[in-house]
Amino acid sequence: MRAFYGTELSGPLMLGTAQYPSPAILQAAFEQSRASVATVSLRREGAGGAGQSFWSIIRDLGVAILPNTAGCHSVKEAVTTAHMAREVFDTDWIKLEVIGHTDSLQPDVFALVEAARVLSEDGFKVFPYTTEDLIVGERLLAAGCEVLMPWGAPIGSGRGLANPYALRAMRAEFPDVPLVIDAGLGLPSHAAEAMELGYDAVLLNTAVAKAGDPVAMARAMARAVEAGQLAYAAGPIEPRDMAEPSTPVIGKAFL
Amino acid sequence: MIIILNGERSEVKATDLAGLLVERGLTGRVATAVNEVFVPATARAAHALADGDRVEVLAPMQGG
Repeated sequence: MRAFYGTELSGPLMLGTAQYPSPAILQAAFEQSRASVATVSLRREGAGGAGQSFWSIIRDLGVAILPNTAGCHSVKEAVTTAHMAREVFDTDWIKLEVIGHTDSLQPDVFALVEAARVLSEDGFKVFPYTTEDLIVGERLLAAGCEVLMPWGAPIGSGRGLANPYALRAMRAEFPDVPLVIDAGLGLPSHAAEAMELGYDAVLLNTAVAKAGDPVAMARAMARAVEAGQLAYAAGPIEPRDMAEPSTPVIGKAFL
Repeated sequence: MIIILNGERSEVKATDLAGLLVERGLTGRVATAVNEVFVPATARAAHALADGDRVEVLAPMQGG
């Protein structure tokens, strides 16, 4: 597995912390998922101090923390949020989201590249939420990113890999760069497909948190990413149009 | 003085950012911004507040 800014992850699943029915279910889901990374965010603190109890929960998960800039629509907003996240979560990792389109939550890749440059120069280790566009990928790498996180499908849509052809091309184009499919996955088979393409990790949240049984779905996802990872390493056969008998023809009896 | 604290108009006694957090009991793990500019924890005591300042106090929250 490729290292993420010098860090070897213990497993290829990154799991979000939002939308679970309860903190206990979130904790159980993390345990079953064998996730190596938890994504988190920053929001206004209320008088009750809800953020402080959440902080103690995620700290106890024992996984790496990846704060996001979710909901940011401009370079300035994303950069300021990243600075605040670095202080609160005590990490220089940042999942950089700069949203350009309200309905699809498609990243504004132009603002994304600029924000990535500013943050990289400021010592951040940027995990950019991007599209499958190869030129944008090159620009992000030139801006200082050492990881790329193309979307599978729009956030929360559960549609799986909308453009496997382009994602395969991205894997081929950037053989040395850790690549993560971020967003849009709904099923374990989607996660397995991402890993079978040779991606280094998948990042998902809604597929687990909003499942009827999040803990069981977390377990399913853990097995799916492991299966996909093993399959990629094992060297899958090439698909072909015509049948080819698997049982030897030579030695068949004349009956 | 009157400031906008996390989007709400608030009357406060504190004259600096560190004092504001104490006054409002926001002393946990938080990050602050004043008028859309990040103010690191180490700079809060020296950051004087002015009437009408927009102060954001953010804390860890669930995210995807």
